[in-house]
Amino acid sequence: MAIEVRIPTILRTHTGGNKTVSGSGATLGALVDDIDGQHPGIKGRLVTDEGKLHRFVNVYVNDEDVRFTGALDTELKDGDSVTILPAVAGG
Amino acid sequence: MLRIDRASYDAIVAHARRDHPDEACGVVAGPDGSDRPERFIPMLNAARSPTFYEFDSADLLRLYREMDDRDEVPVVVYHSHTATEAYPSRTDISYASEPFAHYVLVSTREHGDQTGLVGDDVEFRSFRIVDGEVTEEDVDVVESYLFGHSPTTVVYD
Repeated sequence: MAIEVRIPTILRTHTGGNKTVSGSGATLGALVDDIDGQHPGIKGRLVTDEGKLHRFVNVYVNDEDVRFTGALDTELKDGDSVTILPAVAGG
Repeated sequence: MLRIDRASYDAIVAHARRDHPDEACGVVAGPDGSDRPERFIPMLNAARSPTFYEFDSADLLRLYREMDDRDEVPVVVYHSHTATEAYPSRTDISYASEPFAHYVLVSTREHGDQTGLVGDDVEFRSFRIVDGEVTEEDVDVVESYLFGHSPTTVVYD
């Protein structure tokens, strides 16, 4: 099961500059663990110590923001495409 | 230094005036590696707030996909402050996540159209925000990128 993950500029220090990486997992949480195994440190940029997605980051499975589909519990299937984008926001 | 053409500069200021007293936001995209802001893209402030801005999450995905398809990056990320100076707030710094972007801050706190003030002054400043570190930079407004370098040199790039 291969899932393509698009990595934003700010996280490419973890992926050797690569814009996309590939991983596997039945849920988004499992995929993040798998990616973190290959690119250590990336999980800490996405997930808080309490195990929730950081509010500074948006994660999409295909076109859906995972905030509306179960966050890290969102189920994945072969061929899904995951996009990570930092929120553009401020005060 | 941020080098920006007059049309993009004016478009940013006009957007900030129009959305006052809410914060306005958007990007000016440019070819990857060019550091040249070319394509003005005003964004909706999903927070519709005088003290906060946020790109709508679906709009954000669409924007980045489109830039990707065109080999563009967000050369400028802009937003307005409507009651305070044009300097990144703590929230701005904590969210800043484009280390190669010019973060443009516009303040409409003293602009004349809607505040009724006699003067009409819109502050326009630019910053780099990297790892929580804010560095202000000069802003060079050029009439066009073609003739921007100096009056005697035409650079066809």
